[in-house]
Amino acid sequence: MSKALEVQLDVEKIRSDYPILSRKVNGQPLIYFDNAATSQTPNQVVEAIVTYYHQHNANIHRGVHALSQEATDLYEQARKTLQKHFNAAKDKEIIFTAGTTHGINLVASGFGSFLTADDEVVVSAMEHHSNIVPWQLVCEKTGAQLKVIPITEKGEWDLTELDTLITEKTKIVFVNHVSNALGTINPVEKLIQKAHDCGAAILLDGAQAAPHLQIDLQQLDVDFYTVSGHKMCGPTGIGMLYGKEDWLNKLPPYQGGGEMIDQVTFEKTTYAPLPQKFEAGTPNICGAIAFAKAIDYLNEIGLDKIAAYEHELLEYATSQLLAIEGLKIYGTSAYKAAVISFNIEGIHPYDLGTLIDKMGIAIRTGHHCAQPIMDFYRIPGTARASFAFYNTKEEVDIFVEAVKKAKSMLS
Amino acid sequence: MNSIKEIQEEIVDEFSIFEDWMQRYQYMIDLGKSLPLIEEKYKTDDKLIRGCQSRVWVHPEMKDGKLYFTADSDAIITKGIIAILIRVFSGQTPKAIMESDTDFIDEIGLKEHLSPTRANGLVSMIEKIKIYAINFQAKMN
Repeated sequence: MSKALEVQLDVEKIRSDYPILSRKVNGQPLIYFDNAATSQTPNQVVEAIVTYYHQHNANIHRGVHALSQEATDLYEQARKTLQKHFNAAKDKEIIFTAGTTHGINLVASGFGSFLTADDEVVVSAMEHHSNIVPWQLVCEKTGAQLKVIPITEKGEWDLTELDTLITEKTKIVFVNHVSNALGTINPVEKLIQKAHDCGAAILLDGAQAAPHLQIDLQQLDVDFYTVSGHKMCGPTGIGMLYGKEDWLNKLPPYQGGGEMIDQVTFEKTTYAPLPQKFEAGTPNICGAIAFAKAIDYLNEIGLDKIAAYEHELLEYATSQLLAIEGLKIYGTSAYKAAVISFNIEGIHPYDLGTLIDKMGIAIRTGHHCAQPIMDFYRIPGTARASFAFYNTKEEVDIFVEAVKKAKSMLS
Repeated sequence: MNSIKEIQEEIVDEFSIFEDWMQRYQYMIDLGKSLPLIEEKYKTDDKLIRGCQSRVWVHPEMKDGKLYFTADSDAIITKGIIAILIRVFSGQTPKAIMESDTDFIDEIGLKEHLSPTRANGLVSMIEKIKIYAINFQAKMN
């Protein structure tokens, strides 16, 4: 009998917030280890959605009637909840988006309007496709050069050539805070400093970081930061883009219509001030309110406790998996979120994932929308298990047994 | 040579003896291992179907009015399903292939592998087999 985890979290009580964790898949109790793709939604968040539609549903910012006022208050309160949680200086620096990808495209498109062929954009080799493609499009359009920070075998940034990568020519640096494919927690502070020394802006993709780490935007001094609600126990279709006020004022509007308009004539339209400038059309009101509820929920448990508990799960699972002969973990940094990307020698990740699914366990297989990483390791993809605070050590044990069983079937 | 329908019925019959998913998948894995490999010279990019999960190569040949297929995949379960599909389609006339369906896959409990969202290359492989059949049929007419 292995010893219990040291971090005290009432996981049994937490699990009761998630009806989905009690269901069966392929006749087996579900073990959900695909949290890096999407987290599960607790009752508290679902109730916030139901309450919104049962009690407050109305369009915001324009009605004089009571419901519209209530919905507006809840929506703006949600913005304040995010501002406080991420420690942004002003609530108008918080833009509600459809998710991380939307936030990235908003910033990329804005920079596309003032980049020139002499400028450079820097990304890392660790990026999700969503992080590469918008910048490739912008570079194609403007003629700007795309430069790539390489990675090491451990799955960390190789910053030895940083001085030639980020220079006076760099206009924007864009990297993920935590890698979705490898779990590496990147030393973003170094890059923020370097970008600012060169007069460049820096945007961080916080999709994988925000569910596990306490993010202090003012302390980070980052220019833009973007996250997704559905990876933080919130619903899909809602996210946040943070931008420093000066930068958000400099960027042109991304989409036109609705709340973002101040005055319209056929000669000239003036735009609404921040944050409405970037929230065209009727926003995802309910999503924003539910996202804020999810953040309250995480804070009630405590992000520090969550991070510590997940880290213990990660270490335990890592040691158990490494005991399997031929198993290799990709992403071996000492600084990792609770993500394990792995392969077993001679076994294709698709085969492994298929058999493990049959045993009721949800993991992700494939290239995780990060083909450059897979090319770097010269592999077709990996199997990826990612843990959340509602997972348990017992689930890890069942998972490890399932991997062994799949391995014996496939060998 | 039996018709496509007859072969499909045979396969459904063979799978009915399996009691659980493990036996079914073990059989698929063994089938995958026994699949005659495509000749290396045909493992070219134009024969490659790039799925996000696994990759599939398929090569057609026409002999005496019938189509023969060899194929490969980097994933063994995908390869097992390819073996079944080849058993169904290989040696049939283009017309018979054009008129066939793959509903029998549901009956043998492997439906999820032919889901368009699975991105393992199999749906595209069936499409490709059908396109080959249509093209060869057009040439014959």
